[in-house]
Amino acid sequence: MKDEILLGDEAVALGAIHAGLSGAYSYPGTPASEIMEFLIRRSDGGKNFIASWSVNEKVAYEEALGVSFAGKRAMVSMKHVGLNVAADPFMNSAITGANGGLVVVVADDPSMHSSQNEQDSRFYAQFAQVFCFEPSNHQEAYDMTREAFDVSEELGIPVMVRLVTRLSHSRSRVQPGPPRKQNTLQYGIGKDWTLLPVNARRRFKILTEKQKELVGLADKSGFNSLELNKKNTSLGIIASGVAFNYVLENYKDQPELPSMLKISTYPLPETLVAGLVRHVERVLVVEEGYPFIEKNLRGILGLPGKTVLGKLDGHLPLTGELSPEIVRQALGMKPREKLQLDDFKLAGRPPQLCAGCPHADAYKALNKALEAYPQSNVFSDIGCYTLGALPPYNAINSCVCMGASIGMAKGGAEAGVYPSVAVIGDSTFAHSGLTPLLSAAEANTNMTVVILDNSIVAMTGGQPTFASGEGLVRMVGGLGVKRDHIRVIEPLPKNLEKNIQAFKEEFEYRGLSVVIASRECVQEVRKKKRSEIG
Amino acid sequence: MKQDIILAGVGGQGILSIAFVIDNAALREGLTFKQAEVHGMAQRGGAVQSHLRLSNDKIFSDLIPRGEADMILSVEPMESLRYFDYLSPEGIVVTSSSPFVNIPDYPDMDKVLSQIKTVKKRVIVDSQKIAQEAGSARAQNMVMLGAASAHLILKKENLLEYIRVLFAPRGEKLVEINLKAFELGRKAAADKLRPSDKG
Ligand code: SF4
Repeated sequence: MKDEILLGDEAVALGAIHAGLSGAYSYPGTPASEIMEFLIRRSDGGKNFIASWSVNEKVAYEEALGVSFAGKRAMVSMKHVGLNVAADPFMNSAITGANGGLVVVVADDPSMHSSQNEQDSRFYAQFAQVFCFEPSNHQEAYDMTREAFDVSEELGIPVMVRLVTRLSHSRSRVQPGPPRKQNTLQYGIGKDWTLLPVNARRRFKILTEKQKELVGLADKSGFNSLELNKKNTSLGIIASGVAFNYVLENYKDQPELPSMLKISTYPLPETLVAGLVRHVERVLVVEEGYPFIEKNLRGILGLPGKTVLGKLDGHLPLTGELSPEIVRQALGMKPREKLQLDDFKLAGRPPQLCAGCPHADAYKALNKALEAYPQSNVFSDIGCYTLGALPPYNAINSCVCMGASIGMAKGGAEAGVYPSVAVIGDSTFAHSGLTPLLSAAEANTNMTVVILDNSIVAMTGGQPTFASGEGLVRMVGGLGVKRDHIRVIEPLPKNLEKNIQAFKEEFEYRGLSVVIASRECVQEVRKKKRSEIG
Repeated sequence: MKQDIILAGVGGQGILSIAFVIDNAALREGLTFKQAEVHGMAQRGGAVQSHLRLSNDKIFSDLIPRGEADMILSVEPMESLRYFDYLSPEGIVVTSSSPFVNIPDYPDMDKVLSQIKTVKKRVIVDSQKIAQEAGSARAQNMVMLGAASAHLILKKENLLEYIRVLFAPRGEKLVEINLKAFELGRKAAADKLRPSDKG
């Protein structure tokens, strides 16, 4: 097989294809989107395997689970917070177990480059009691994903691959291995998959009994490695994932390395950990994300006679991603010489809505219409339009999680907020907005939901949406919103006055109304034009 | 042999296209490389950067350690300064002098330039003018790649080859424009280099 230049995300995707993938599902989310984009490109329109965007992560997980039930290999990929949405099937799939190999890829975003939090998915793996791989480079991303399918089939449980932004969105060379065939159809056993208490208790016991086997597997895994420096017993380092690279980066011009344990799998390889701890006086734990390894290592009582250094004692920061410099400092090495700006003051250049973006026109009209209502509040959601929180719009006052705008606007209205407005994009609406809108329609809550329909998932690079145009209008009607209070407007500068009027009328209506601001994302329009010319 | 490069610019200026050409040329020359880039929210008109590391040896970190970059290659003058502390004291700055003003508080251009000029080795070219001369204002990225090319550890012919590969799907005309942008950028840099830096 030819070497390829791949993103970390793409290395995972290629590993899955070569492991004999039959079906892959995902919902777009930075930094995981490129996994599915790559799979779709390589699926040859579904001839090679199924690769498809799902309406949300929970659905994606369940679709993958169905493939696994049928005995075939399945992968589901998402960003870290996506696993919150998919947590229900994820936790329960550890109990049903996997029939065909089931791999769940989760990309964490330390430093929140494009996220609302920096939760660490390794806790989920531990919570569900499943096996987890954490690659540190592209080749490992490829190799570990392949192996994840084997482990899943061998142990009969789902297996997680944990990525972080720096690996997901870094490109390097990967040497692929020979591809293998897909599994044939072979159904799972009904009573293992039917989690009635009587079955679930039996299955849960099986899962807990497997835990020793998982630790044994971690101890044997070729991806974990312990190298003891016989002459130096003062310091030992435990490092995982990209943090391992930062340690090596700082030792690259040193004559020798201290004792090192590289951790690439969870649960922790207990024998290897004990081997390192026994050999040294101080253990420095370097990991990207929460102090997961460190907490496990310290327990409540700590390690008698040993000193543990890491994030919990302030040796490394508890928030934000690591970098070679931060790790250098923790290693006690002298900082490298670097340039400094004189008294020059850089201006920040935050992201902003594209010129001509339909959301900008929608916000302009909304802001104007709300001027007469100083007590109003606009709850918003996740997408390009979240940038409406920044100047010059300053249009929204919340962004919490996918779909939260509608439920919060209902709660707000019920607590007395008026006008209570929710602003949500078409794809976020399909993802998690339908159920809260059903709830609001049932109660006919006095609130206005603005759906910004730009007919695409724009923020993550233009994936297809499930709720747009006519279909969206029908959906909203189908949920029970009254026809006369479903308004479709076109957010364009020339329509500003008309649109302000439409908003005002709906604020004045004492019940639930939905205003759909419908105009295509300008990036998409541009892309389409370009492909027409090309 | 190694070369660590910070690519800088504003979302939409095509710094990932520069990275594509360098990555592939490096692969062709049998070098190892890692290239960390920014996707998602920051791409919307915000500051974007990519860490590009080339070596004939193993590369560990995807990020360049501060103080170790051999080059800052920027399609926008102020953006070249955002990553100033990544540059090694011996490093070179190759930057455009054409500001991209999409913020209200863009600093005074003279101050930007005089800060850039505190770096001993630097190449400053007017990428906008040159790109227009080549046939498209959008080709500023290739102008800057051309301006940097004499200082890269990669062969010119390999860079040219992957410019062709990159633009071929969009038609022969765009290939020609971008190759020309590269050549004009390279020439402008050679003319601009102060005598003390030559040879
Ligand atoms: S990508 Fe589309 S939706 Fe997002 S800011 Fe740009 S025009 Fe607006």
